[in-house]
Amino acid sequence: MPAVISVPAIANEAELRVFVSALSGVDQVGVESRVAKLGTRSLKTSTKRRAIDLAISMVDLTTLEGADTPGRVTSLCTKARRPDPGDPQVPAVAAVCVYPDLVAHARRVLEGSDVAVGAVANAIPSGRASLNVKLLDVADAVAAGAHEIDMVIDRGAYLSGRWGQVFDEIVAVRAACGEAHLKVILETGELVTYDNVKRASWIAMLAGADFIKTSTGKVGVNATLPVALVMLEAARDFAEQTGRLVGVKVAGGIRTTKDALKYLVVVNETAGSAWLSPEYFRFGASSLLNDLLMQRLKQRTGAYVRPDEFSGD
Amino acid sequence: MSERLDVKKTYKLVVNGAFARSESGRSYEVTTSTGAFVANVAQASRKDLRDAVVAARAGQAKWWASTAYNRGQVLYRWAEMAEARAAELVEHLQLAEGLKKREAQASVSRAIDRIVWYAGWTDKVTQVLGGANPVAGPFFNFSLPVPSGVVGVVAPQESSLEGFVEVVAAPLCVGNAVVALASERRPTPAVVLAEMTATADFPGGVLNVLTGLTAELAPHLASHEDVDGLDLSGCADRGDELARLAAASIKRVYRERDKGAENPLRRLRTFVETSTVWHTIGQ
Repeated sequence: MPAVISVPAIANEAELRVFVSALSGVDQVGVESRVAKLGTRSLKTSTKRRAIDLAISMVDLTTLEGADTPGRVTSLCTKARRPDPGDPQVPAVAAVCVYPDLVAHARRVLEGSDVAVGAVANAIPSGRASLNVKLLDVADAVAAGAHEIDMVIDRGAYLSGRWGQVFDEIVAVRAACGEAHLKVILETGELVTYDNVKRASWIAMLAGADFIKTSTGKVGVNATLPVALVMLEAARDFAEQTGRLVGVKVAGGIRTTKDALKYLVVVNETAGSAWLSPEYFRFGASSLLNDLLMQRLKQRTGAYVRPDEFSGD
Repeated sequence: MSERLDVKKTYKLVVNGAFARSESGRSYEVTTSTGAFVANVAQASRKDLRDAVVAARAGQAKWWASTAYNRGQVLYRWAEMAEARAAELVEHLQLAEGLKKREAQASVSRAIDRIVWYAGWTDKVTQVLGGANPVAGPFFNFSLPVPSGVVGVVAPQESSLEGFVEVVAAPLCVGNAVVALASERRPTPAVVLAEMTATADFPGGVLNVLTGLTAELAPHLASHEDVDGLDLSGCADRGDELARLAAASIKRVYRERDKGAENPLRRLRTFVETSTVWHTIGQ
């Protein structure tokens, strides 16, 4: 990837507005028919087995419930390290994702493993808090040892045209993250159009996001294939212009292996094979992992698997 | 006046209370014993079977959560629906089994009566198969029959209606959900009867009926780990092989050649587990 920097350093809101407004629009019908076509691709035998293992290694095992307890996080982390207790060949997942107050506990349980600890900070899921509170939330999670921070953009500001505010907030959170990776949630279900998804993706990447993420999983519409395609195209274009690869995370509503494999096909055909790694593509999910494990076992033994073969979370 | 076009029926799979073509898009031709065309029916794939098991698992929870009395009412209503459409079943049976009209009518009547008989059993199995056990202490100790869960059925190949009723109604009446493979060469009476569950208040997924090649589907049904019981009446010739596949997930297996299989309660008894509970006597 040539390290050509043709993207301007954004100095003020006016420059941001000029740059983002100049982005070409998204062809809705084209995007939807393209994913429909890619969705018919079928992965078989050894390719399917490899894809399932890759998908497992891309999972951010997530629990974001009001009723989360340290015990629940412990079992989640145990599962993250070794998803199938019966088979050591199954790769560990990429990360666990919890609320900030449970980060320290997750770190203790995951001591000595490669599984990262992510925290959702920034007043997720609504994001409706003052910047000070949000930054404290982030600093708190980082201090507790989070490797990755998931923040959500201010959709209210974006939708009322205050793009500069969205940008500045991401920059501020980026600074508060220090060494931690920053994933910026666009909450695409609330952005209404693909054009908005594309613009918000660019704003987040320009502001320094390491990852752009579809959704919090807490609203009606979560990750969809067309939205993922729009975001992957934005990440690809951004990489072409700056040489910096920004990851994409799809979250919410992905429950089956079939769905996950469709996403992998879209990743490969849109952004390219460089994104086919946990470093640049993630699934935010909880129930998906069990389906991946079931399909993996089915591939190995030939018999359909009982769902309670694997622990719930 | 122009000639009226034929309105041909499409025979579909019954999965999760809905009527679906096979996801594979396949169908096969069913003929009478003399080779005359009867119908094109859906040829289910192993993925249809997989989906049916998922539907059955969800349906079983609802079926068992309803009262025994209510399950009896639903099965009885199924018999009512069959009675109202008896003439249609007779036609199908004549084509499928090559029976004379009178014979087919008698067979349909026996099949309907058999549903009624099993409907009566729903709230009686607990008394007959369960009991209060004497224990040396101030406790009640009860053994109660509970359903195995999802029962896979390979319906008899020859007896396309009576045989089908026997193999599905028995596990249903004790609270199981059923995934049935209809007779391969004579599937239409079973499909028509299964359609009637839609107007008999069956929760979706309680009775799923697949049509297709027994040799293709039965091994997947036998090895499926989320199937708790297996009735091999329709493939006695491959019974050993299929029972071996079923053993890996410790299924209850019913085979007609087994000792005691002629007992009318044997089938019903095969697909229940015994749950024993203790309860203190008094306050």
